[in-house]
Amino acid sequence: MHQLTDLPRNTNATISEVVAHGDHDPIAVRLAELGFVQGEPVRVVAKGPVGGDPVLVQIGYTRFALRRSEAARVMVSAETA
Amino acid sequence: MSAPATSFSAVVAAAPLSIALVGNPNCGKTALFNRLTGSRQKVANYAGVTVERKEGRFLAPSGRLVRVLDLPGAYSLNATSADEAITRDVCLGLHAVEARPDLMVCVADATNLRLHLRFVLELIRIGRPMVLALNMSDAAARRGILIDRDKLSRQLGIPIVSTVAVQRNGVRDLIAQLDRAPPPPPIGQHDANLHAEVRRLLADCVTMPRHTAAIDDALDRVVLHPVWGLAILALLMFVMFQAVFTGARPFMDGISNGMQVFGTWLGATLPDGPLRSLVQDGIVAGAGTVITFLPQILLLFLFILVLEESGYLPRAAFLLDRLMVGAGLTGRSFIPLLSSFACAIPGIMATRTIQDRRDRLATILVAPLMTCSARLPVYTLLIAAFIADRKVWGLFSLQGLVLFALYAAGIVSALAVSFAMKLWRHRRGHEVEEHALLLELPSYRIPHVFDVAIGLWERSWIFLRRVGTVILSLTVVLWFLSSFPAAPAGFTGPAIDYSLAGRIGHAMQYVFAPIGFNWQICVALIPGLAAREVAVSSLATVYALSANTEQAATQLQPLIAAQWPLATALSLLAWYVFAPQCLSTLAVIRRETNSVRTMAIAAGYLFALAYLASLVTYQIAHALA
Repeated sequence: MHQLTDLPRNTNATISEVVAHGDHDPIAVRLAELGFVQGEPVRVVAKGPVGGDPVLVQIGYTRFALRRSEAARVMVSAETA
Repeated sequence: MSAPATSFSAVVAAAPLSIALVGNPNCGKTALFNRLTGSRQKVANYAGVTVERKEGRFLAPSGRLVRVLDLPGAYSLNATSADEAITRDVCLGLHAVEARPDLMVCVADATNLRLHLRFVLELIRIGRPMVLALNMSDAAARRGILIDRDKLSRQLGIPIVSTVAVQRNGVRDLIAQLDRAPPPPPIGQHDANLHAEVRRLLADCVTMPRHTAAIDDALDRVVLHPVWGLAILALLMFVMFQAVFTGARPFMDGISNGMQVFGTWLGATLPDGPLRSLVQDGIVAGAGTVITFLPQILLLFLFILVLEESGYLPRAAFLLDRLMVGAGLTGRSFIPLLSSFACAIPGIMATRTIQDRRDRLATILVAPLMTCSARLPVYTLLIAAFIADRKVWGLFSLQGLVLFALYAAGIVSALAVSFAMKLWRHRRGHEVEEHALLLELPSYRIPHVFDVAIGLWERSWIFLRRVGTVILSLTVVLWFLSSFPAAPAGFTGPAIDYSLAGRIGHAMQYVFAPIGFNWQICVALIPGLAAREVAVSSLATVYALSANTEQAATQLQPLIAAQWPLATALSLLAWYVFAPQCLSTLAVIRRETNSVRTMAIAAGYLFALAYLASLVTYQIAHALA
């Protein structure tokens, strides 16, 4: 299990959990509303030109750009090829 | 776009129906709204907040009047921005002013149900009459997405219609549904896990061949590539500015010639006297000059709208986010700042899409530094008059390079200012909370002519209204200031020297002498506060009146080339890079931030920078000359 930020591009993975920073973490709440919940398949589609930030994440039929600090909240386990 | 003709009695018979369009961002809600209401739209603000309120109306076939409210896009009723709070309040019936709609039309992108269904379920829980519009159902069909509408409708407990907002009769089914009696309110399960429910519904009612559109994958591989992506972005910007500045030229010349012919005709028609002077030297030379910039502004808006509609702008935000965060902004600032190259007013209004309050404030404060098209007349005039028309290294025109340098100066200083604000926030300990991005990159779409046309119309109307009101009245005020009191017989200097404007200009000169401004410039700066471009027409007015010539604008360039030292011209250019010579921009800043203090800070720092830049420019140029 590792952070979504460490996932190489175009590797299929499954979300194991979203880690909230503290009790009131609006970013973690919003991530869940956007579909970042346990068991969802994700894939990093692209990374930003500077420092790989932000990361573009494919989740379901949607693509979201997440800053590295946002993506770091999402813990994933990569599918074994 | 015509509603079927109906008899008067039928209109009276059916009670009007009020509906609200609700949905995720990027669900095609606004296109659907445009399709339903056509040009019968009213755009305003919700009371007390800076969220756009769009309302329209149309007649259903039965003759029933339907009032449509286009609510801001939201991902959830758990609001994280002012936009989402409005949507939440209206849907829950908690809004102070806005009445609860009779029927909610929830719009969902048929190609993106996994995300959009969650919000649909959340809305069903409210337990109010509701219809689901599966929008972009043509795109879903093309991608082989099969939705069992009847089954989904039974399971959700609400009627479902398919819509294609970009097709002429793509909303037929929706209108037919609205014309029936409102459906009974659905019963939502309050304890259910929404994500689990979405998964179950998708497995039950939807077949998906693959998760993404192949075209999106292919395009994003190139468009978001670290090297090619940035190259494409740079190329697009280059093409855009080239087109805006060269493509608009013939139209601008046409309007400008038309204005001159009109002015001459008026001069020949009207009897000599104050009225002729007012119309010719005041109104035609003043407001007429400003209209000339309409083609340029339209062209720039056209580019921005097409980029927005196609789904490219969020991609640009993705590419630039890291760089802009470094400078204390956000990738989302890119769109408002880009719009500010046309005009800071729509740019500042576009900052509403920035969720983070601090990022939004920083973007608003630096937006006036982007070189708006209203500065161009000033730049063009001064460059043409003072910079030699020759090639540098046999390749670039020197005039073009100076113009480029002025644009670059605006951008660099905007980044420097936002960076300074970031440092200040750090020192004041305002950076505890993280800045959020969480930006959705929608599927690529071919921009639709109808929606682009409506957007273009709305924006050009804002501009024309400004010309018609603020700018026109200020040119008249200036004409009055520079014509009265009339010089008595026996006064030896030019008449304007005796007028109020002349006296104010002379008084201001003490402050502006160190930066090289003569009294004519000082006089022009006063009405130039209305809008930057007015300064050119004011100069024309000042010189036309003092030199008593008829075709003022055309003679301005050789006139100032002969009368002003180069250092003065350069100093004025530097002034215009920074100075907030636009009361409308300051008014918009106040309205968008709800704070007079913020407006005062913006005006104060911009004038201070302007004075400083002009002082340095003038003193150096003067010493070198």
